[in-house]
Amino acid sequence: MKGFLNAKGLIGIVLVSAVLLIAIFAPMIIPAEFATKMNMRARLDPPSLEYLFGTDQLGRNMFYRVMLGARTSLTIAVTAVAMSVAIGLPLGIISGYFGGLTDNVLMRLVDTLLSFPALLLALTISAVLGPNLQNTIIAIGIAFTPFLARIIRGEALRVTQMPYVEAARAAGTTDALIILRHILPNIMPPVIVQATISLAFAILAEAGLSFLGLGTQPPRASWGLMIQASRDYLDVAPWTALVPGAAVALTVLGLNMFGDVLRDVLDPRARAGG
Amino acid sequence: MLDDPKPIVSIDNLRVEFDTGEGTIVGVEDISLTINPGETVCVVGESGSGKSVTSLSLMRLVEFGGGRITGGKLEFRRTGGAMQDVAKADMDAMRDIRGNEIGMIFQEPMTSLNPIFTIERQMTDGLRLHKGLGARAARARALELLREVRIPQPEQRLRQYPHELSGGMRQRVVIAMAMACEPRLLIADEPTTALDVTIQAEILALIDRLKRENGMAVLFITHDMAVVAQMADRVVVMYRGNLVEEGPVSQIFENPQKDYTRALLAAVPRLGEMTGKPAPEPMRIIGAEARAQPVQAPRPDAAPVLEVRNLTTRFAVRGGLLRRRIANVHAVEDVSFELARGETLSLVGESGCGKSSCGRSILRLVEPTSGSVHMDGRDILALTRQQMRLARRDMQMVFQDPFASLNPYMRLKDQVAEPLRNFGLARGNDLTARVSQLFDRVELPQSYLRRFPHELSGGQRQRVAIARALAANPKLIIADEAVSALDVSVQAQVLNLMMELQADLGISFLFISHDMAVVERISHRVGVMYMGRIVEIGSRAQIFENPRHEYTRALMAAVPIADPAKRTLRDDLRFKPLPSPVHPLSYAPAPSVYEEVVPGHKVLVPDH
Repeated sequence: MKGFLNAKGLIGIVLVSAVLLIAIFAPMIIPAEFATKMNMRARLDPPSLEYLFGTDQLGRNMFYRVMLGARTSLTIAVTAVAMSVAIGLPLGIISGYFGGLTDNVLMRLVDTLLSFPALLLALTISAVLGPNLQNTIIAIGIAFTPFLARIIRGEALRVTQMPYVEAARAAGTTDALIILRHILPNIMPPVIVQATISLAFAILAEAGLSFLGLGTQPPRASWGLMIQASRDYLDVAPWTALVPGAAVALTVLGLNMFGDVLRDVLDPRARAGG
Repeated sequence: MLDDPKPIVSIDNLRVEFDTGEGTIVGVEDISLTINPGETVCVVGESGSGKSVTSLSLMRLVEFGGGRITGGKLEFRRTGGAMQDVAKADMDAMRDIRGNEIGMIFQEPMTSLNPIFTIERQMTDGLRLHKGLGARAARARALELLREVRIPQPEQRLRQYPHELSGGMRQRVVIAMAMACEPRLLIADEPTTALDVTIQAEILALIDRLKRENGMAVLFITHDMAVVAQMADRVVVMYRGNLVEEGPVSQIFENPQKDYTRALLAAVPRLGEMTGKPAPEPMRIIGAEARAQPVQAPRPDAAPVLEVRNLTTRFAVRGGLLRRRIANVHAVEDVSFELARGETLSLVGESGCGKSSCGRSILRLVEPTSGSVHMDGRDILALTRQQMRLARRDMQMVFQDPFASLNPYMRLKDQVAEPLRNFGLARGNDLTARVSQLFDRVELPQSYLRRFPHELSGGQRQRVAIARALAANPKLIIADEAVSALDVSVQAQVLNLMMELQADLGISFLFISHDMAVVERISHRVGVMYMGRIVEIGSRAQIFENPRHEYTRALMAAVPIADPAKRTLRDDLRFKPLPSPVHPLSYAPAPSVYEEVVPGHKVLVPDH
């Protein structure tokens, strides 16, 4: 086990589990109105014992908002990335494995989507569907799919050309089983890394959409929305940006490290006892 | 030579370690050797013996690969005559030595040339740096060097890029570059391993001539005992980072002192040693006598298991904006043969001759263009995709690279069980039992069942691949260079295993190989391929003892023989380069017409 439980892996696991625990349990412990209760006399108060992370422009407790915002931000990111993997994985594998016309048609489709900047795409979709939680997820999910599909296709193409796939074919394995047993496990490491990085980008994308008013709608708290709200008060109350910013940054950092660990754990070559 | 008082290189108790994530690995434990001026010292050993590490240490290149010289002295006689300990030299001194006083040739002629520079640029860079030559003088010297390594039309070559030259030409350029500053020591690390046998013969002759004409010392690293026999004055045998035995080449070959050397030499097949023998013989492995005798020649009246008629496979060359088919690679051209039950037919030839494409076409891993393949009387090429999948039960394949032909994410038992599952031949406990029997059959311990491929050595992996091929009880196994990537002793074990399986199970082998000596040892019949066609086919004795086709003869003349008393290196070796197999779409090749010299021995009628 010493191979992958190094300092980096440990930090990753600690960060990710901390964020997950907060996302799951904070809304059970902290009543929702704590995050929305305004106190006009305590607007933009700096961090203190009473307000651990300070307050925002409406005098709302930043600590509660960050804690409760975790679930919104993570829900959106995780569901959106899961959605793009769910679409991108079969798309990429079919494209890479079967090649030819199938590949051409699918990849031109993906290229069309890729020609729009992801955020612009998400913005358009979100604007068309209307701004709410579910549509934000769909928008980010669709916007991220072409990247994943492209990467997965490349990996699938590489693995398809490996002699062990040819050996499996020569051994009479069906296409479905070749994909399931030979292609899928061998493309997972880069896919996992890409997915965890995408999670990080999805959190930022949600922040971006919220920033433009198309993501999470107030008074509901999300990290992106908080960063968005802070922009007018950066000079007088920098903590309003720094606190949710740090939450995003630590989550992203943790996810990246966690992704590396996950990849190593799944690789039999890195497993103990070799 | 041994008592020459002034060696050019003197290595004393060299120790090299590599730091890895899992701790320190000793690459070279304790090596001492000397090289005298004008002498070729061959360092021979199997993979992991530390032979390359030794040569890289002498250049201090080992540090770029994460190694550390942790002990010993590496003395090199500088131009002035003083010995310098290379292990302690600073990087400036090393830059002066590298390429200037010591030249180096690497294995892969493609990757040791930079693809984005012309030959002139690559050659003149070193000359201008080390010799301070101007552009014109450097160019003149480059031309001179290309002539010295006998590259035709050198003026034209200087303007070309590496990809425009053939593998043999590229290796000549690499040698010319290594010779550029007239080094007193040339290190050649497996310089011919990636080359075809005819090109290998030319390159070996070239190195030998340069050595004699320039009085240069050569440190020649190789795994190939036959090459050692042809090249060496003195031989150093290495095993796992240690020196096993050292001595003049004739002594090593005729009177080896150590068991390891004896075993190594015994395992090497020697071309011509099978003359007059009626049937294949197992490989010699000291301490492990073969259990089964190989199959005698199969009965001539037996119905063939595999019948290939006029098989032709062409690959499209696409080009232009629309990626249209603009030409064809004629990979396999009108090939016909049959294979009897329990027989081994070898297809030999150089890279690009179509032997692999032929094997893959039979299995329909690539789709043939025309022709017919009958397996037990059933037309394989007429089958639908689904029928073909089921037909593969009878015909299996073992691939060349044991590291790439097993799925790294799958346990070995699952990989071996795969054909059984695919064809629904066994399930549950029966499946488990069958898989462990197969492991026994290929002599792998049961404890390996749950392991992953990376935990095995190359030879063990190839056994797993053979077990997988055997699982469905096939009638035919196509072995595509199945032992080429293995060390010679492991190669002998795997070949013996294959011969045993043939004797026990009556399997037919289509053995695809470039190694004439191995083919001579194990085949019943042999087909020689050239430019996509079989140019000569017949029994092993007919082909090896009475080769009729010009190409067969050239091929055999080029094979190095593992016997220093039979040196075949000649300066005038000049084989015809392979013509291009790419033809325009309109090209319609003539059918292959054969003359039957004696029954069963067919030779392609030339020029048609």
